[in-house]
Amino acid sequence: MPRLVSHPDEVKIVTRRFGMGAADIERYIELGGYASAKRCLQQGADWIINEMKASNLRGRGGAGFPAGMKWSFVPKQSAKPKYVLVNGDESEPGTCKDHLIFLHDPHAVIEGTIIAGLAIGAKVGFIYLRGEYRYLLEIMEKAVADAYARGFLGKNIFGSDTEFQVITQTGAGAYEVGEESALMESLEGKRGVPRIKPPFPAVVGLYGGPTVINNAETIATVPHVIEMGAAAYAAVGSERNGGTRLFGISGHVERPGVYELPMGYNLKKMIYEVAGGIRGGRKLKAVVPGGSSTPVLLPEEIDIGMDFDQVGKAGSMLGSGGVVVIDDQTCIVEFALRTISFYQHESCGWCIPCREGTDWIKKSLTRFHAGFGEAKDIDNIQYLAENMMGRTFCPLGDAAAMPTLGFVKKFRKEFEDHLNGKPCPFAKHVDLAVV
Amino acid sequence: MADVTFIVDGKKLTAPAGTLLIDACRKAGIEIPAFCYYPGLSLQAACRMCVVRQEKVGKLQTACTTTVAEGQVFITESAEIAQARKATIELLLGNHPLDCPVCDAGGECELQDMTFKYGAGESLYTEAKQHREEQQWSPAVYYDRPRCILCYRCTRMCGEGMDVWALGVQNRGVRSVIAPNGGGQAGQSNSELDCEQCGMCIDVCPVGALTSGSYRYKTRPWEMNHVSTVCTHCADGCKVTLGVRQVNDGSEIVRADNRDKSGINGDFLCAKGRFGFDFVDSPERLTKPLVRNEAGDLEPATWEHALRVAATKLKEVRENKGGAAIGVIGSNQTTNEENYLLQKFARTVLNTNNIDHERTADYAAFASALAGHPGKAASLREAATAPAILLIGGNPTEEHPLLAWNLRTNVRLNRARLYIANSGEIKLERQATAVQHLSDDGYPALGAYLDLSNSAFSKAVLAEASLLVIFGQEYRGAQVASLVEWGLKRASVRFAYLGDYANSRGAADMGLLPNLLPGYVPVAEPGAFDAEYVGLSATAGKTQPEMFDAAAKGELGALLVMGANPVAKLGIDLIALNNTFVIVQDIFLTETAALADVVLPAASLYEKTGTVTNTYGDVQLTRKAADRAGVKPDFEILVRLAEAMDADVKRLVPFGKACTTADLGQSRGANSGEADRHSVWLAANSLEWKMSPFDPLAVLDEIERLVPGYALDRTNLFGGNDVATEPGFVPVSALAGPDLVVPAHDGLFTSGTLGRYSPALKALAQYQAAEVVETAVE
Amino acid sequence: MTLFSPRLAARLDALVEKYPLRRSALVPMLLYAQDEIGYISDAVVAEVAQRIGITELDVRNVATYYSMLRFKPAGKYNVQVCTNISCMLRGGYEIYERFKEELGIGHKGVTPDGLFSLEEVECIGVCCWAPAIQVNYDFHDELKPDLVPGIIDGYRGKAVAEAPHA
Ligand SMILES: Cc1cc2nc3c(=O)[nH]c(=O)nc-3n(C[C@H](O)[C@H](O)[C@H](O)COP(=O)(O)O)c2cc1C
Ligand code: SF4
Ligand code: FES
Repeated sequence: MPRLVSHPDEVKIVTRRFGMGAADIERYIELGGYASAKRCLQQGADWIINEMKASNLRGRGGAGFPAGMKWSFVPKQSAKPKYVLVNGDESEPGTCKDHLIFLHDPHAVIEGTIIAGLAIGAKVGFIYLRGEYRYLLEIMEKAVADAYARGFLGKNIFGSDTEFQVITQTGAGAYEVGEESALMESLEGKRGVPRIKPPFPAVVGLYGGPTVINNAETIATVPHVIEMGAAAYAAVGSERNGGTRLFGISGHVERPGVYELPMGYNLKKMIYEVAGGIRGGRKLKAVVPGGSSTPVLLPEEIDIGMDFDQVGKAGSMLGSGGVVVIDDQTCIVEFALRTISFYQHESCGWCIPCREGTDWIKKSLTRFHAGFGEAKDIDNIQYLAENMMGRTFCPLGDAAAMPTLGFVKKFRKEFEDHLNGKPCPFAKHVDLAVV
Repeated sequence: MADVTFIVDGKKLTAPAGTLLIDACRKAGIEIPAFCYYPGLSLQAACRMCVVRQEKVGKLQTACTTTVAEGQVFITESAEIAQARKATIELLLGNHPLDCPVCDAGGECELQDMTFKYGAGESLYTEAKQHREEQQWSPAVYYDRPRCILCYRCTRMCGEGMDVWALGVQNRGVRSVIAPNGGGQAGQSNSELDCEQCGMCIDVCPVGALTSGSYRYKTRPWEMNHVSTVCTHCADGCKVTLGVRQVNDGSEIVRADNRDKSGINGDFLCAKGRFGFDFVDSPERLTKPLVRNEAGDLEPATWEHALRVAATKLKEVRENKGGAAIGVIGSNQTTNEENYLLQKFARTVLNTNNIDHERTADYAAFASALAGHPGKAASLREAATAPAILLIGGNPTEEHPLLAWNLRTNVRLNRARLYIANSGEIKLERQATAVQHLSDDGYPALGAYLDLSNSAFSKAVLAEASLLVIFGQEYRGAQVASLVEWGLKRASVRFAYLGDYANSRGAADMGLLPNLLPGYVPVAEPGAFDAEYVGLSATAGKTQPEMFDAAAKGELGALLVMGANPVAKLGIDLIALNNTFVIVQDIFLTETAALADVVLPAASLYEKTGTVTNTYGDVQLTRKAADRAGVKPDFEILVRLAEAMDADVKRLVPFGKACTTADLGQSRGANSGEADRHSVWLAANSLEWKMSPFDPLAVLDEIERLVPGYALDRTNLFGGNDVATEPGFVPVSALAGPDLVVPAHDGLFTSGTLGRYSPALKALAQYQAAEVVETAVE
Repeated sequence: MTLFSPRLAARLDALVEKYPLRRSALVPMLLYAQDEIGYISDAVVAEVAQRIGITELDVRNVATYYSMLRFKPAGKYNVQVCTNISCMLRGGYEIYERFKEELGIGHKGVTPDGLFSLEEVECIGVCCWAPAIQVNYDFHDELKPDLVPGIIDGYRGKAVAEAPHA
């Protein structure tokens, strides 16, 4: 069972009920649950969307798109049914926050889904969990069944004449299926290959109907926004970045864990104070600030506020909020290799630059790390990554190229050291198995 | 949609709003490279070769998914774009074998061309390439995985285009492979392809990943001459490009495809068109004339001898018993010129109206029903464009593959509404808006049913503002008339009538009928023919069965059969012909030829020039592609036979008129490629070209002049396009005896007598039969 | 006729009715079928195709995409060791090596008794409690190499307890 952590700087909004048995519907109600959904039922769609806009809640899935704005793109009238789709595919390395939400507060996800449904006029919501999360799926399924039994879901939710159904779904192992259009394909029983955009899901989505897709954390936050009021929620965070975020701090820190901190919280403080600093008193070498796709930051670059805009300004991305901390005993080449191996394994294979590019970078780095590198390999890896950037069908290609470019550019010296001190100056794992 | 104006590379272009940028550019002559984009198939944006820069947009955009709008500005060639494309090719070449010199696609490979264009010649990788064994998926299709660039053209062509869905993509990422449906797991060599074996996947493959069982590793593309002609199998008449190579005894066909995607069939070619050309190389081909000797055996002879024996006998019968004692049976696979010449020869030299052919549809009834209603006959092309189609009877997927393709494409791309009335279940129902199942004898009453039943089907059909009515051999005689009459009550209706074989329609149009002259002109009222045809009899001759009856009674002195096999088709008793002198012109020693007294080895449709008319009345030019020593085109055989009978050849074939001195064939051999090409050139320039009696096109003039409906647009015809005929027929009474119509019901791998001599088609038929059994067992 | 236990068959019957389109049941159906049969056999492909109403090719196209689905039997307990970045930093490879040693098999290997199989996998979503593994669907987190033998023994015991004659 994943350990819960806590720190005085935390502002517990989304994690408010964690560890309190809120997976039980009675307990959830006791703790104020489903009041937001009932309130939204009375207030109506326009009110909800305005609240969401005012809350400055930005998508927690990675791109940070303002949730209220996304909801407002859904056409009011539609010949095809509209849908809400909750993205619980959570597969970005370094990310395990949705895991805790499903485990401790499944009803918050259901309640958020109902509210999103009310906002866009959908009658059905889907909650998609990655296949590995089977025990969490079982928790979610029980929560859904309980919500039906209480009349919170079904033909007449909360005794109104409004209908809302929730359907759970499992994946079966595919990172790319986290991408919103690939997610819809997967939910339709197809290969997880993304769709051509436009049209965007808000216009043509699941089964051809307008669809709002949000990350599970985004959705679980929604009832809290309604509960505390948009203005109060927005005030917790930084400019244009409302509220808190579940930061998952992993890697070489003393106290790894998922901490709920206000948006804009200082990264350096997060590592050194909240997470207890570098393990074993070692020195910090690098930080991956928002999941494996985000370019690495050097120790001198981490005195920044953790929100979408500030991390962006620092040349990286807030991404999924998975902070991976790397100490000075770590081989960056190996880290880069493990990162690209992941993207090579997970590329759906649809487009050439990503399918072939991830493979060649992986091959080159494998050989390079094993001590058979040549000077031109470094340029070549950079060339490959540069030529993937912005050229692929979906952002996975960028997600593979960006960190690679970051490693090669910021740690070029370490790559060169591999040429001199063959094979690896850190002498670790040089015979990496090919996954 | 309204036109919009936008700028590409500084040029102002105009196109309907929503047009794909790649299409708009290509139309304007701006080439945009693409592997995955394929016109008419769903969009992929997977290869990223078509990237262009759009003003005010951050990333490069894919031209294959960008739709044009007013005022947009694009750049399609720049250093940045060239680099992006080059990098993509470099990535592909990382694993792609660089064995172009021995690759089947070398010389006509899109990847090779792009590599050349973008200069991605340097290898960036030191890692070894992944090698995989090539797989044979079926007799027709081979897959070489390392060559595959995953453009998904094949899977879409098979699924969307053919509605077969036999190809899929399996695995993920760099391990992705194209996989066939017929058992065996992804990537395993026992994978089999259970499909229609059309070979379309091979055609669209931009590289050498999918190769054809019949063509692979036979030659290099540049060693072939590419001759476009018309397929000799079904009555749709696809344009087919034959790849031909010189060999010792002529030239051989090594490949058939539709490389330039031109002509009536656009992209399409079926298994028969693509693989069924190999009968021309059959060891069973007749290459020497045969004459029955004293001992009763067929014995090789010279042309002179064989023709003399045949001519002498024909003359003798004509003189002693009269023309009525001679029978003539024509072919469904010879050209219009040959058919025309055959009946003219019969009627003016042999003095007989006993002329018939194997009728697969009642075209005469169709002509009669449409008489006086110009503009009501539909070209095959209309099946691809008509907004609403009523398809009655038949099974186009099996019997008219191109028609089926057109209907599917029309439904898919234009949302055409297809209504099907059929006594059986047919595959095209998957594309149908509505289906009405009929009892086996329910066809004649269909018109009344539609008018009176008030069923959903009837209402939907009647609600259509225009209708293309396609019907088949279920209708004959008066039934054709009543169906056409039902349709003609509607404001906008066009008809197509389905028969079999490459030139059945041409055979009927050219008057291979005992009571009708070319253009369905009754022999009793010959009109213009009277003046031209010396010795024309005004009484109808015998039908095919009647000829055999007469023969059985000993009343038929001679029978001339050109390219037909009535003995097998009608199940004629062998002794029935004991007292008849039989002359057969054919390419094989068929059951009929085996009974003959003189057998004259003929050229196939792929070995001669002429025109053929498909079942919709579209006329196309066939061009001589291959050559076989020893054989002669039926046209030439007929001329020589007439000459040997001392007939006036100049009357038969209006050749060599005034002011002609050029030698266009005689000394180089008639029908040589040069003569053909020269005559085409002359024709295209409106010059006289009918200069040799063996030039089949010499009678085209006469056909155009005398045969109603055959005023052809020559520029288009000689340009390789299909030209519609207009059956503005003179009123005729329909033929008696609709029972003379015997549909062939050939399937995807059969083609009458001819198909039996194609090893490729036989192999495919056997293979697919085994697949069906396998599926049934599972 | 079905390959599956009555319970699973009933579950799959319900599954296809759960979604607006039957086909949405495909991925879960394959996963549930694998849970019972052990892998996606040709027979599973055939039955799933028939239950959903699509071709076997179509089922294979989809099934081969998802990395949790396998086409050969695995061990009764499939040990999936995450070596992705967060786990790697905290010793994921040491855990993996230890499993290799203890079980005597490598990536995608199966022990001769069919009890265990081993797989190096991508991130399984427990990065903050790294290094972590999944045995079938059970997570074990904050591991150390020395905990490995105990985990193996635990499953051995479980197998004995679950054996039909026990
Ligand atoms: C390759 C790729 C993988 C992704 N994986 C996930 C994921 O696992 N979970 C998620 O919520 N969003 C993921 N996303 C982002 C989604 O596409 C989408 O933006 C998000 O679910 C929207 O929700 P939000 O607006 O609430 O963030 C992924 C995107 C890409 C390109
Ligand atoms: S970038 Fe291309 S290959 Fe990579 S996951 Fe996206 S679509 Fe698939
Ligand atoms: S990196 Fe191992 S669980 Fe995420």
